[in-house]
Amino acid sequence: MTTTDTFPRCGPYPAAAPFAPIREELTTRFGAMPDRLDLLQILVSIQHRLGYVPAEAISWLATNLGLSRAEIHGVVAFYSFLEETPPAPYTLRFSTNITELWQGQEANMARFKDLPNVRALPTSCIGLGDQGPAALVNGYPLPRLTATRLDAIARAIASRRPVAEWPAEWFKVDPNVRLAGPLLEFAFTPGALVERVLAAGDAAFMEMLRASGLRGRGGAGFATHAKWDACRAEVVPEKYVVCNADEGEPGTFKDRLLLSDHAELLIEGMTIAARVVGAKQGYIYLRGEYLWLYDRLNAALEARRRAGLLGAKVCGAADFPFDIAIHLGAGAYVCGEESALLESLEGRRGVPRIRPPFPATHGYRGRPTVVNNVETYCAIAQLAGIGAAEFAALGSQGSAGTKLHSVSGDCAHPGIFECAMGTQVSTLLDLCGTRDPLAVQVGGPSGRLLFPEEFHLPLDFSHVSSGGSFMVIGRERDLFELVYNFVAFFHHESCGFCTPCRSGSNIMLNALQRIRRGQGTEHELQIITEAAAVASKASHCGLGHTLGNPFQDLERGRPAVFQDRLRDSPDGTVLDLKRAVAEARALRER
Amino acid sequence: MTDQALGITIDGAAVPCQAGDTVIDAAHRAGVYIPHLCFHPEFGPHGSCRLCMVKAGGRYVAACTTPATPGMSVESDTAEIKELRLRITQMLFVDGNHFCPACEQSGQCQLQATAYGLGMQDLHFSPSYPKKAVDASHDEMLLDRDRCIQCNLCVRASDRVDGKHVFSLGGRGIETRLMPNSASGLLRDTEFSAEDRAAHVCPVGALLFKHDNYARPIGRRLYDRTSIDRIGNRRADDAAPGGSAP
Amino acid sequence: MSDTRKITVATCSLAGCFGCHMSFLDIDERIVALVDKVSFGRTPLTDIHTLHACDIGLVEGGLCNDENVHVVRHFRQQCKILVAVGACAINGGVPAMRNRYGLAECLEESYLYGVGVADPQIPSDPELPLLLNQVHPIQDAVKVDYFLTGCPPPAEAFLELLTAVLENRAPQMSYALRHFD
Repeated sequence: MTTTDTFPRCGPYPAAAPFAPIREELTTRFGAMPDRLDLLQILVSIQHRLGYVPAEAISWLATNLGLSRAEIHGVVAFYSFLEETPPAPYTLRFSTNITELWQGQEANMARFKDLPNVRALPTSCIGLGDQGPAALVNGYPLPRLTATRLDAIARAIASRRPVAEWPAEWFKVDPNVRLAGPLLEFAFTPGALVERVLAAGDAAFMEMLRASGLRGRGGAGFATHAKWDACRAEVVPEKYVVCNADEGEPGTFKDRLLLSDHAELLIEGMTIAARVVGAKQGYIYLRGEYLWLYDRLNAALEARRRAGLLGAKVCGAADFPFDIAIHLGAGAYVCGEESALLESLEGRRGVPRIRPPFPATHGYRGRPTVVNNVETYCAIAQLAGIGAAEFAALGSQGSAGTKLHSVSGDCAHPGIFECAMGTQVSTLLDLCGTRDPLAVQVGGPSGRLLFPEEFHLPLDFSHVSSGGSFMVIGRERDLFELVYNFVAFFHHESCGFCTPCRSGSNIMLNALQRIRRGQGTEHELQIITEAAAVASKASHCGLGHTLGNPFQDLERGRPAVFQDRLRDSPDGTVLDLKRAVAEARALRER
Repeated sequence: MTDQALGITIDGAAVPCQAGDTVIDAAHRAGVYIPHLCFHPEFGPHGSCRLCMVKAGGRYVAACTTPATPGMSVESDTAEIKELRLRITQMLFVDGNHFCPACEQSGQCQLQATAYGLGMQDLHFSPSYPKKAVDASHDEMLLDRDRCIQCNLCVRASDRVDGKHVFSLGGRGIETRLMPNSASGLLRDTEFSAEDRAAHVCPVGALLFKHDNYARPIGRRLYDRTSIDRIGNRRADDAAPGGSAP
Repeated sequence: MSDTRKITVATCSLAGCFGCHMSFLDIDERIVALVDKVSFGRTPLTDIHTLHACDIGLVEGGLCNDENVHVVRHFRQQCKILVAVGACAINGGVPAMRNRYGLAECLEESYLYGVGVADPQIPSDPELPLLLNQVHPIQDAVKVDYFLTGCPPPAEAFLELLTAVLENRAPQMSYALRHFD
């Protein structure tokens, strides 16, 4: 279960690489009869090495994992980064979050459309919004795509230069810390905080956690101590701690920094969690877009093992065995929902589970599991270091501590800002160097669209809660395009399980497209309003509950954005006659 | 046994409960029909169709996945909830290709019967006319994916009763589809048989027998004269009235 | 509504089979009671070709070509109450089953490569209406006031519709009148 993999830069991929040569490598890594829970990890490994998952691989997996082929096909088809068709030598996936589209990403993508040896595809936000426009080449990030850089990339592709030999500078991801605070500046000796918890006892730490008022940093803001209490109350030997590093909410990239530069803090926090809830195994669920962080995270884990801070006796405590493995996602936003994450961690399609029961009692492998965000675990370690009173004093009433904000969009200083909970939106806007913006999208597409009259609001759990995305929208931008982009995002990322989200997002997207073409009437607006309401009331999980938010916020705050685009007609205009007869006209003239 | 102390109310009426009941379990035992398609008493909840939405404690919840907690006050047969269910039904219709006059299951289709029950007369939304592959390869059975509402019942029946794992739901979003378990991906090359339990659970016309579909004429079928809230979610080949849940 | 004025009804069949019109005629002798209260505008039933302003427009069939779209929009302009009659008008119905294929595919199968095709050619006379790339329900082009479900809707559904309009109330379709098949 602590199998480690490695993900060097790969490609150009051969047209249809055979599976046989890597079979042995997989057997060495995952065993002759791999655990069925490792399905997704093996698929990711195959995909990265060969650029696709060949039919022989599916047969081999079905036989050796004791799974039906249908299930394996179903899993491959679920994740955006897994493919069964033989690959192009290079695949460029361009991040199409709205801030990057506004930076010219469409043209960047078009630049590669007709070139040989390369596929240019859109992909959901890849966590580089502060240094975009950005893309992935065969899974590796290419930030800051300027015209010059794109030309150089095109030349590298034309000459079939191995991705491993592309200049390191092209892949350099800037930490981009604009404002560090108590969390990012927190200094400690690795293991010291775990030892402190070992010495004080689990109950004492739980009391500290409760007194601190720490709430989850992923977006939902659930009280961390309540989650842990529920898990602690389960008297079973097998429990898990899981780190949600599926930072998929568009415009969020603060976990990227924590994973790359503060992994020690994260691991310290996870280890404390394991001690307190009684888990022997931890998992970091790392989004596929952060594959480039896999090897360095593994190195951090290996260093901890060598230092005796992970393994059979953590910090020398005979009664504290604990280790952490990394599991990779493969391009699915919904896996950020904790029960979908657990499904994915178990190698299946990331479809959110029926809740209750909740992960704290029935989580990974059906066992009690604590799932927390990267930033939450880091805050846990910080809390162990500074104590509840000091931690609570860092924030506002009901919102203890500081919060990392990933600032992108139309501002002078995009990057990561650590602010006390309760900091006003306007303060952060000043800090990032923006003047008189049109609006701010806080918390990503599932969050809130705020207009200037709301900029006085504090960023905390009682006012404007945020998972960490802060997209500044300048005066010259078109908010309709923002909503269209977000609905297209939800439509693409809907897992398809429940009717309101699957069908509702499709209905909304189609109606928005008609408005966008200038064909929409009041009828379209009404349809979108209704579909959004049904999705928010009746969906199975948070993705569906929030997919109507961007539309509802804009419709409430700036209804003219829609009204100005509508045609004045009492009729439904789903049917655009000119478009509808274009094909027949062409056939007639053929 | 039911325990009054565990009871809930549905639209003001007392409904006794047993320990471990979901809202729909308790409702159906008490003869209160809550629309549903993916829930089945033999296979339990799935939580995907969302037709059983009710309001409890001011929140919208699915009756099939929500535990009945003592004293819970549930709203089900209200104008608001009925409209929500109607819209969800219409979403299911436009999500697939449901041409009732041309469908062998017409009159004994639970989706259609649900629409009748909710007074549906139009699609409300624009149809999406999907083009998922039809699989007619099997000797006895036909799979029309554009009629599939992804209730997962055939998957569950094949896994749990037949032990054959013939079906799997794969893919994502609107591309989610039933996948038969064979190297070719065709139903013909699976172990599927018309005798399987999985061949007898489809609530719609997605998984059809190829023969004798018109033995009972349109007009004299299960839901032609009797509404689904009176006879429950049944199939024409269910053993006897009451053989399945209300 | 005053007793002296009749309500006028116009009908048309677009991408349909005239089955709904046949069912309308199944009103049989009950039509006698309506004669004093209802008169026909444009309809193939009486061969009146010109559409003037009227009270009720009954539209059978979906939209499969540009002419259908013009006709239904004209009906919408002229009719106070527009009714989608039958499965095809409501959801495209059987004609919409071609939507899973491309238009070119459909025409090639019908006129070029199909079994028994002589003198293969895709019809291109400019007099012919242009086919839409997909068949649509009429609601995709116009606002619809009432729906008569069924293939065809039973005569009683037409009767209830006309009666309701005469009585100035919304039609109430019983369970038996709401079938989709």
